[in-house]
Amino acid sequence: MSTSTAVSLPNDPKLRGDVVLPEPLEGRELLVRGDHDFHSITEMVCAVNEAPILKTPNGLKFGIALAAAGAAMFGGYIGYLVWEGPGIWGNNNPVGWAWDIVNFVFWVGIGHAGTLISAILYLFRQKWRTSINRFAEAMTIFAVIAAGSCVALHTGRIWMDYYLFPIPNQMGLWPNFRSPLEWDVFAVNTYFLVSLLFWFTGLVPDFATLRDRTNVRWRRFFYGFLSLGWRGSMRHWMTYEKAYQILAAFSAPLVLSVHTIVSFDFAVSQLPGWHTTIFPPYFVAGAIFSGFAMVLTLAIPARHWLGLKDVITIRHIENMNKVILLTGSLVGYAYGMEFFMAAYSGNQYEGFTFLNRMGGPYWWAYWIMMSCNVITPQLFWFKKIRTNVKFTFVLSIFVNIGMWFERFVITVTSLHRDALPSSWDYFVPVTEVFFFAGTFGLFFFLFLLFVRFFPVIAMSEVKAVMPQANPHWEGYGHAAGGHDHAGEHAHDHHAAPAVGGVAGPAVATTGGHS
Amino acid sequence: MAQIFPKWWNQTPGLALFGTVVGGGVATFGLYWYGSPWHTDVGYKPKQPIEYSHKLHAGDLAIDCRYCHAYVERGPHAGVPSTQTCMNCHSQVKKDSPKLPPLYESWKTGKSLEWVRIHKTPDFAYFNHSAHMGVGVGENRAAIGCETCHGRIDTMEVVAQNQPLSMAWCLDCHSDPAPNLRPVEAITAMGWKADLTWSEKARHIATTLNPPGSLSAAAKRGPNGELLTYATAGCSGCHR
Ligand code: HEC
Ligand code: HEC
Ligand code: HEC
Ligand code: HEC
Ligand code: HEC
Repeated sequence: MSTSTAVSLPNDPKLRGDVVLPEPLEGRELLVRGDHDFHSITEMVCAVNEAPILKTPNGLKFGIALAAAGAAMFGGYIGYLVWEGPGIWGNNNPVGWAWDIVNFVFWVGIGHAGTLISAILYLFRQKWRTSINRFAEAMTIFAVIAAGSCVALHTGRIWMDYYLFPIPNQMGLWPNFRSPLEWDVFAVNTYFLVSLLFWFTGLVPDFATLRDRTNVRWRRFFYGFLSLGWRGSMRHWMTYEKAYQILAAFSAPLVLSVHTIVSFDFAVSQLPGWHTTIFPPYFVAGAIFSGFAMVLTLAIPARHWLGLKDVITIRHIENMNKVILLTGSLVGYAYGMEFFMAAYSGNQYEGFTFLNRMGGPYWWAYWIMMSCNVITPQLFWFKKIRTNVKFTFVLSIFVNIGMWFERFVITVTSLHRDALPSSWDYFVPVTEVFFFAGTFGLFFFLFLLFVRFFPVIAMSEVKAVMPQANPHWEGYGHAAGGHDHAGEHAHDHHAAPAVGGVAGPAVATTGGHS
Repeated sequence: MAQIFPKWWNQTPGLALFGTVVGGGVATFGLYWYGSPWHTDVGYKPKQPIEYSHKLHAGDLAIDCRYCHAYVERGPHAGVPSTQTCMNCHSQVKKDSPKLPPLYESWKTGKSLEWVRIHKTPDFAYFNHSAHMGVGVGENRAAIGCETCHGRIDTMEVVAQNQPLSMAWCLDCHSDPAPNLRPVEAITAMGWKADLTWSEKARHIATTLNPPGSLSAAAKRGPNGELLTYATAGCSGCHR
């Protein structure tokens, strides 16, 4: 097969990832751009991990310091919170749940994209996931940690948190197994554990790569310890693949179950505005929606600063934008359906709640939610916009904002007008602003440390989707572009035609079987 | 390249797993035990302002508990005797004992002796002595003896807490009071044992009782088979 519609990519790795290629006539676009071989992928991904500590890129240094300051502030805030109790928040009588729960749902939701990418897309053989799954999973884990800190700290007497677990105690009490809040404890803990194992399993071969490439003593220990004696033998790979698949099978249902159960925290109660059967699917769609937005918010700067545009191409971004468009529309549908049910049921309390959301004291929150979640993502119908990195970045931040407000609207506006008008009140946050900022500090602190020390791209998996990994690949010498020496890393090669043929590292389709 | 880790490191995953499971179990149960009132509260024995001995007064002199703890049948609190109660005897008895000056001091100044409280349920748990001193109605009258909850006071030189007073402890009896019931007359008796006739009767009486938190109280039926619910049947029986 020769090239039919040749589009030449610029040779600059800073630019070529952003070029939008026409749809290939046959097969799919290559997932890795530029004339990479296995070795150059390793070099590209490990560069930031292998920089000596003092030579950490300045931007990263600054970022870690800033995030560490945020995390330290969080530590101080936790001390203050434990000392004073949740009275330092703006929660008032009808609004007993506010930012604590809003932030919890916000963070748990974000985690879902990581699991979707790593488990569901894996089981469906969506190979484009390989470039983004590693840090999406990392994001999941850190988001769940942030979420966990919100709920663990909102109980007031946090030393009593062991009540959440079925531990024998002097009261002779079990937790209430009929309560969705209890299911939540199990859902979130399972989620954290499985995600952590999944992430770690995937990291093992890459840790081994880092171990083998370094001659710094502490790094050899550090990565040697983490890589669990990985030697890359055939048996290791077989066990690895099995373990990975089993964990993927474990994680896949969690994508649906965790946020379903989080939605039960609301849906199982009898409050108008919470008590709806549409909540589980609606929450799951919202979770994936917000999660993909967060992946983009993190991926776009990361690929820029770490020079990873060859593996996280505009194609990946476009794919994620399509997911955002789909889930955003589902969420919009759910918003509409809630209103329809309120009207169609003829239930006046339900009706009041929804009219009050739209035009009551919190109308502004409702309209922020509507514009960021329903209106702006619709711009992704335009290919120009969903393949524009800057636009995508801005819109992804809008989605983050919108999804936070969604949880705010659900939680606070449903509560602030309860059945007893004399107790109606208006919630204004006080010090919980620092709580929320602190979770961001913690999240970014962990995330940036991850970027600094762990391979951000699943190297072994990306290599497996490159043409070189295809058993029928004909070698560097046979490529259409005509390289002379097999195994040479040709950083100075001309970019080859991007669409059409099968052969050659720089040619841009894989076989139709992908 | 030299090996980074010695060979025995291959054992670490297994050891780590073993350590986590066993260590986790030991930690949980260790905390459960050492944190439980069986360990933290039982045996609490503070120093009192006067070396007052229950063994002497309640045991050897066999003064009835109610002579001093007068409200035990009538109110939530048994009450600790006032200086006046001691003076009923000690205005005559052992007047020059070296142990008694604080008593006379209190008598002169009118300032109460400050006994150190031993048994205490938290404010959020409601306990009432009178509800335990006579339970059931008519024929089916019974009681719980001081002994059951406070131990053999008549042998204690210094009172020490004998039971944990934890919620699980309250509930253990509330779910199955029968073995702890005794005739009302034997409330303050020490070393009392049930005979067969009484055991039989106690089992019957127990079925008529509804202590809060008992499993049976939740589903008691009235004479016509209707479901009876008691306001104090659940958590709110004690956490009012
Ligand atoms: C002569 C008076 C007197 C008699 C009789 C007496 N007590 Fe006491 N009791 C006291 C005094 C005084 C205290 C407080 C000092 C102490 O704890 O030793 C006390 C304390 C107690 C306490 C601990 C209270 C706390 O602080 O928690 C218990 C339980 C108790 N008595 C049970 C009994 C029982 C059961 C009997 C009967 C077998 C009995 N007492 C007979 C005077 C008496
Ligand atoms: C019913 C009478 C009676 C009452 C009431 C009574 N006691 Fe006594 N108490 C005695 C007798 C009798 C003795 C001495 C027995 C003996 O000879 O050793 C005694 C001995 C004592 C002794 C030991 C003195 C010594 O030197 O060994 C102390 C201390 C004491 N009583 C404190 C109290 C206190 C405190 C109270 C009030 C809570 C109290 N008693 C109430 C009859 C009483
Ligand atoms: C069913 C268990 C039970 C029985 C039976 C019982 N007690 Fe108590 N007792 C307690 C508990 C629980 C406390 C702590 C109560 C509190 O903190 O309010 C207590 C506290 C006391 C106290 C000190 C505090 C107070 O209430 O004044 C005295 C004195 C006392 N009991 C005496 C007696 C005597 C005397 C009897 C027998 C007539 C008796 N108790 C029977 C459980 C019991
Ligand atoms: C040894 C047995 C026993 C122990 C221990 C016991 N109880 Fe009870 N309790 C009973 C019985 C029997 C009843 C009477 C039920 C009835 O009258 O129907 C009762 C009744 C009660 C009531 C009901 C009073 C009412 O007005 O209805 C309360 C409250 C109570 N107990 C609290 C406690 C607390 C708190 C504890 C632990 C600190 C405790 N009990 C320990 C046997 C016990
Ligand atoms: C028989 C009386 C009784 C009943 C019924 C009861 N409790 Fe308790 N509960 C207690 C007592 C007594 C304590 C305090 C024990 C201690 O720490 O000394 C307690 C403590 C507790 C505590 C610990 C609070 C803290 O801050 O340490 C919780 C939580 C609790 N109960 C929940 C419940 C719930 C839920 C129920 C209903 C299923 C219930 N209780 C029913 C007697 C009762």
